[in-house]
Amino acid sequence: MTQIASSLLLLVVLADFVVLGTSRMSTCIRAIGVQGLLLAGLPVFLHAEWSVHMAGLALGTAAVKAVGLPWFLSWAIREANVRREVEPLVGFVPSLLIGAVMVAGSFAVAPTLPLPVQGGTLLVAVALSNVLTGLVVLTSRLKAVTQVVGYLMLENGIYVFGLTQTQRVPFLLELGVLLDVFVGVFIMGIVVFHINREFDSMSSSHLEELREP
Amino acid sequence: MIVLALILVPAFAALGAYAHRESAFRTGWLVVAAVVHAGLVGVVWAAPPEPVLGGWIAADAIGLIVLSVVSGLFLMAAIYAVGYLRRETPRGGRAFVSCLLAFLGAASLVTLSQHLGVLWVGMEATTLSVAPLIYHRQDRRSLEAVWKYLMLSSVGIALALLGVFFLATAQFAAPPGARPLVLPDLVRDASRLTPSWLEAAFVFLLAGYGTKMGLAPLHSWKPDTYGEAPSLVGGLMAGVLTSCAFLGIVRVFQVLVAAGLAPFAQPLLLTFGIISLVVAAAFVLGQADVKRLLAYSSIEHMGLLVLGLGFGGVGAYGTVLHVVNNALAKGLLFLAVGNVVLATGTSLVAEIKGLHRALPASAALLVVGLLAATGSPPFGSFVSEFTILRSAVASGHVVMALVIAGLIVMIFAGMGRSVLRVFHGDPGRAVAAHAEDIWLLAGPVILAGAVLMLGVYIPAPLGRALAGAAAALGGVSP
Repeated sequence: MTQIASSLLLLVVLADFVVLGTSRMSTCIRAIGVQGLLLAGLPVFLHAEWSVHMAGLALGTAAVKAVGLPWFLSWAIREANVRREVEPLVGFVPSLLIGAVMVAGSFAVAPTLPLPVQGGTLLVAVALSNVLTGLVVLTSRLKAVTQVVGYLMLENGIYVFGLTQTQRVPFLLELGVLLDVFVGVFIMGIVVFHINREFDSMSSSHLEELREP
Repeated sequence: MIVLALILVPAFAALGAYAHRESAFRTGWLVVAAVVHAGLVGVVWAAPPEPVLGGWIAADAIGLIVLSVVSGLFLMAAIYAVGYLRRETPRGGRAFVSCLLAFLGAASLVTLSQHLGVLWVGMEATTLSVAPLIYHRQDRRSLEAVWKYLMLSSVGIALALLGVFFLATAQFAAPPGARPLVLPDLVRDASRLTPSWLEAAFVFLLAGYGTKMGLAPLHSWKPDTYGEAPSLVGGLMAGVLTSCAFLGIVRVFQVLVAAGLAPFAQPLLLTFGIISLVVAAAFVLGQADVKRLLAYSSIEHMGLLVLGLGFGGVGAYGTVLHVVNNALAKGLLFLAVGNVVLATGTSLVAEIKGLHRALPASAALLVVGLLAATGSPPFGSFVSEFTILRSAVASGHVVMALVIAGLIVMIFAGMGRSVLRVFHGDPGRAVAAHAEDIWLLAGPVILAGAVLMLGVYIPAPLGRALAGAAAALGGVSP
């Protein structure tokens, strides 16, 4: 693993903390876009030799995760006139602390999971950190858009773990993964849009009509 | 080639249906595609095809059984859709039929995948194609249902993807020739897979696909979604989607069995199973909405499926048979309830009393469906539930067998109370006597016939496939 790749991985974790700590929706979306860009750079710097496969993966990731999805999410909040605040269920300082605990835990656990690739431990640690902080955002934020951001962080963590498999699992699968994320978030975005039109606010806390009496 | 046609025919039909402007054309297109698909499945039974695409796509015993369930239930739903779309025009318009067909294609891909990554892609595609169908009424309640469904299923499916990557990691030590994530190779090299990664993969896949199945405590989307989705879609979700998700768990369980790690998986499966039965028993009592009642019944049956897998032995056979019976009974019930909703406009138990006069055929089907879904003799579900209980006793879980039997009886009582109230009773609000449409009755009648037949007679080819499936799961046939 090159020096650049490890720096990229640490910046990925930093982007998680930006999402956890910010009160502004636009910063959240920008952070997830930057994280997408970092992820697109990873396959290039992770392996010394160049290949068409790697270049395609990097370009596809950049197009979807760094351009497509952030653009779409900002379109959704602009069109639906969402208020700019994040509306956390758990305050920003506690979320940051929980996030820090999750990341520390991931880095502690990663060395116990043997991975026969170069630099595997750091990849596993960053992957687990992203999955866990994504789950924190998913469960601790009220707005539907922020929950989509949390879901994307979770997906990004899985992508980082998937990078350990790029030499073995064929290209088709990665394309499928990117496509699924894209379509999934696209449909979620449309639903988010409808939620806002229907309830005049994109908070999923309005969604409690269906429950056991 | 024929196995590829099973996936491509519905996929292209979905595009074709979207191009039609006339709704009658689209409905016709739906039925034709469903008939062609069912015909192709028949051909696969008659002459088992060779694997294609380097062994990624093939029809093995378990896959073929689930594929037949998918295709048969979809055909019944397509016939039902003819009558349904005459009475109710979904606001989604053209997308409704296209999404149904895309769902069929995705479900076929799941059943035919021998590559666990491709299986995952198919599973994700089923989630996405079903979401617009749930939301077809486009009101607040269906919006809430579809949001819960999308969010929970997406997180589930993401965890499953992580499980798939773990499985690929477990294969690092396998011989160099092994194809990554291809099931026959995983099973062949099972002894050389890394056990710790394999166990982690199972945990994540069980949680991920378990969310899609609706195993308690990962079931919270299920009552809301089934309650709000059109009955036709609810039937497909309860019969087809859950069977596909269960197949995902079965696939990784096959690898664990081959690796000798079944003792690790079994306690997990039994825990999920028992919790599901308890949750179902607690919530069927006094449930005010028939469709939500069916959702809890579905949670019960998902629990029984993983229990059978967990007990092993004849339980594996019973589980695969129960996949078929559960799909048939759930399809029957949802379509019968759909007729009631079309006639009365509601599925609340309090408002639809005394249907034996207004809708005699649908009301009778509802009672038959109740008996089939609760595992009463002589229906097929009795045979499969009894087989699962037998495996519990055979594997030494006598107390657990008694608890399961008790919970099944409680669920029977809870469901019976609500459904019989709908059947009998004094029609408080006069439901207009309603000419019952043949298109709306054909599907449930055929499904009732099928689930009844499986209780007394299992055709020889199905018996052979069941035995093959049980053997692949490390079980035996009774």
